[in-house]
Amino acid sequence: MAEPLVRMENIRKSYGRVQALVDANFHVNEREIVGLLGDNGAGKSTLIKVLSGAVPLTSGDIFIRGKKVQLRSTSDAIAHGIETIYQDSALVTQLSIARNLFLGREPIKPPRFLNRMDQEAMNVVARDLLKQVGISKNIPPTTPIGSLSGGERQAVAIARAMHFDSDLIILDEPTNNLGVAETQGVLSFVRSARDSGHSCIFIAHNIHHVFQVVDRIVVMRRGKVVADDIDPKKTSVAEVERVITGMSDKEIHDALVEGSKSQGSG
Amino acid sequence: MENRPPIIQRLIARPEFGPFVLLVIELAVFWGINPDFLSPQNISNILAFTVELGLIALAMTLLMTSGEFDLSVGSLFGFSPVLMWTLFNGGVTSLEAGFVIALLVAAFIGLVNGWFVTQLKIPSFLVTLGMLLVVRGTALFVTSGFPQRTWSAEGSWLAEALVGDFFIGPFRIYMSLFWFIAAAIALGYVLTQSRTGNWIQAAGGNPNAARARGVNVSGVKIGLFILSSIMASLAGVISSLRTLAANPNSGTGYELEVIAMVVIGGTALTGGRGTIVGTVLGILILRVMRNGIVLIGVPGLAYNIFIGAIILGMMALHSWLERRHQAGT
Repeated sequence: MAEPLVRMENIRKSYGRVQALVDANFHVNEREIVGLLGDNGAGKSTLIKVLSGAVPLTSGDIFIRGKKVQLRSTSDAIAHGIETIYQDSALVTQLSIARNLFLGREPIKPPRFLNRMDQEAMNVVARDLLKQVGISKNIPPTTPIGSLSGGERQAVAIARAMHFDSDLIILDEPTNNLGVAETQGVLSFVRSARDSGHSCIFIAHNIHHVFQVVDRIVVMRRGKVVADDIDPKKTSVAEVERVITGMSDKEIHDALVEGSKSQGSG
Repeated sequence: MENRPPIIQRLIARPEFGPFVLLVIELAVFWGINPDFLSPQNISNILAFTVELGLIALAMTLLMTSGEFDLSVGSLFGFSPVLMWTLFNGGVTSLEAGFVIALLVAAFIGLVNGWFVTQLKIPSFLVTLGMLLVVRGTALFVTSGFPQRTWSAEGSWLAEALVGDFFIGPFRIYMSLFWFIAAAIALGYVLTQSRTGNWIQAAGGNPNAARARGVNVSGVKIGLFILSSIMASLAGVISSLRTLAANPNSGTGYELEVIAMVVIGGTALTGGRGTIVGTVLGILILRVMRNGIVLIGVPGLAYNIFIGAIILGMMALHSWLERRHQAGT
């Protein structure tokens, strides 16, 4: 079996006496969109924060393409190709699209000691990227993020992750507060990210959105991964909802037998 | 292609437009009431002191864009010249060495401010308020509250370089005006053109997003606190050399006047957005107001009423423009 892009093994995270993650095992394959589901407090956010370097893990190992890594900070994670896009928090609303895309990696015009940003180059790339993620309107790259809609902001954040060749893009509730058309837009950005070779972790409360876009569903409950091989094409929303809310292990097993069988062979 | 609104509309939408109009109105009104207002002598007078407060306001613009502000600048304005003259009068150092030491001490104070704010996560309001008291207290203690002797600066090259004066036609110009212009151009460039400027705006606009992109937000802020302290110190020394006075009490209240200049110019108090052009306009608006009011015969004590009204009016205008801007027009 091919080595997954990211593998997390026996991850534990405790906040004082509260165990947020209890021996969680999780993986994402190359060019795969994984839907991460679970009720509030199930441990999804903590797992993602650990993977994005935002919080340190208590114990456990993280491997990227089979190599063990330490993710001590968000910049560590970014350096390893893991990009997390939080709703609304990834961008600076006062800065333009182009300046946000290149924040922290601004191209410099020679002579270098003048430290001058190459704004034309940034605008050219930005215009191109906006087209790639499928923003249909003609939005100038000098537009401040503050005047974009929620869906357009997500698109900019996704475009940034794609441009800087993040292998794994983590989307935390990307469809929250979005209208129907905008949600479809974001879902298509996610698909285009996968088609260009990126993997994604997609977290959303709305299970229907997850079903529309992901290749595999992982469910967490009480700090553990309780199902990690659900095929959205072969499982109903109702079944997944039952897994999320929690039943006896036997019931879960029965509900998932079909999905696991088909995945096991692939 | 991209649809750009007509040039007039774009000019009006700029945050600097409001302050610019206000300055023009101010000049017109004062000049209309008292033509002496635009006499070479009065213009020279306005410029001399304007640039000294202006130097502080320029640095404060960058600091406020990064989401912080510095209340200790007024006390440094008083303390630095006192330190320089005390070292010089006591025969400890030359005037020039005293000047360098004063700037280094200021830089250290800025570093401490920045360290408290970024590492201990204490709001800059509290940190720099505390520092204001420490620095002002030190100035008063060292001098026992008395002004320092300053009459021996004649002929020093430092005094010439900082405040040497000459006439351009009927205008008496101090060297400090050129330092101010140079600082305005340099800091304007940093804020709008340089990569550092992008980091400053990001640090103020969304520090978490900036940090996630690998921007050293704490480093940027500490650097700006140091810049702010150094500029306040430089302004204090310039003022002291020009007026030949080093009073431990000088600069009292300047911090608020400087912050007012910056916000009137259109820089956001909450950070993320700043404009050096706006600050230059803000500096002129307040200094012209102070000078003009006296010249047209309004009692000087009424000055604050006008300043307060200007601040409130400009804030209302900026917030209205901001809302229009957010609405996508």
